[in-house]
Amino acid sequence: MSIFEYNGSALVSMVGKNCLAIASDRRLGVQLQTIATDFQRISKIHDRVFLGLSGLATDAQTLYQRLVFRHKLYQLREERDMKPETFANLVSALLYEKRFGPYFCQPVIAGLGDEDKPFICTMDSIGAKELAKDFVVAGTASESLYGACESMFKEDMEPEELFEMVSQALLSSVDRDCLSGWGGHVYVVTPTEVEERILKGRMD
Amino acid sequence: MECVFGLVGNDFAIVAADTSAVHSILVHKSNEDKIMILDSHKLIAASGESGDRVQFTEYVQKNVALYQFRNGIPLTTAAAANFTRGELATALRKNPYFVNILLAGYDKETGPSLFYIDYIATLHKVDKGAFGYGSYFSLAMMDRHYKSGMTVEEAIDLVDKCIMEIRSRLVVAPPNFVIKIVDKDGAREYAWRESVKDAAVPSA
Repeated sequence: MSIFEYNGSALVSMVGKNCLAIASDRRLGVQLQTIATDFQRISKIHDRVFLGLSGLATDAQTLYQRLVFRHKLYQLREERDMKPETFANLVSALLYEKRFGPYFCQPVIAGLGDEDKPFICTMDSIGAKELAKDFVVAGTASESLYGACESMFKEDMEPEELFEMVSQALLSSVDRDCLSGWGGHVYVVTPTEVEERILKGRMD
Repeated sequence: MECVFGLVGNDFAIVAADTSAVHSILVHKSNEDKIMILDSHKLIAASGESGDRVQFTEYVQKNVALYQFRNGIPLTTAAAANFTRGELATALRKNPYFVNILLAGYDKETGPSLFYIDYIATLHKVDKGAFGYGSYFSLAMMDRHYKSGMTVEEAIDLVDKCIMEIRSRLVVAPPNFVIKIVDKDGAREYAWRESVKDAAVPSA
């Protein structure tokens, strides 16, 4: 079994009209055994940038700690928050530093940039960025997620509709993947607020 | 194979571990205590490579004591768990420790807590956790009978059910178990569950 499939994960992020959504599953497993059903894969870097880390959980936790450290230093020096594009570059650089001994993670970065323009991107475990205008996916359920998002996605969705779309795409994809699931965590980010919701799907 | 499991009750946390020290087909001893008292209100139940287990848990114990000497206050359970994870994560890509840990503790402000830390430094706060082949039986038993806010009697009953299940269903079931508890009065040994007693060693 691949090291990327050791813990199991599913991440998806979608762009709407001046808003975006980022969602993850909640399962933490060790190969076939489920350890916890309330694992947080998405973390807030600051009010307008969210980071989701799929792949090996230990590397996701280490990487998260390093990134928060770097962002706090940036905040002290620059006296402002990082833009999502800048943050994505930081993540990419940190991952490529370990080119010949990488972190086994696939990050998804979602944030509102200048003029509240939504920004989403994903990258592989050595920092190759993949920018997208519509949606990005990561994790063991990524192939199912690609299919679900491609068929369900529409341009310029309002936050409510975007939430529905992301939830349906996530739940239907993780239902076809034994290593991810046990519910979902969805964050809908708009210029004024962030709404966090927990989904109940097939609890297996 | 080594069985370690634990759960959180209404104002206590309980951990149980088997007590056999095994090398290949030989049982060296059946009264090896694998649950270390980390400080007054913390327990560390460890399973895995025996040399690493003793070395690593003693290292954590001494560092937790050092923190208390230097700073005059004890570490919280979450802080101790994060320290332990940090040490495992740093060593992971150099000289990994093959030790799985359940860290149980009681803090005055937050009450009892249990942390699952596996050998690749995945950290998660849980209500019930288990390691080893015994986990297939004890986790299933706990999933069925556990409820939050159990009393000590109910929890011990559940622990005994798990031990019965391991004894009857695991092919190389360890004969003896030790149970330790941590609550507001501190961390202490609760009971042994022995079905095979080691021959008394004549004193020199």
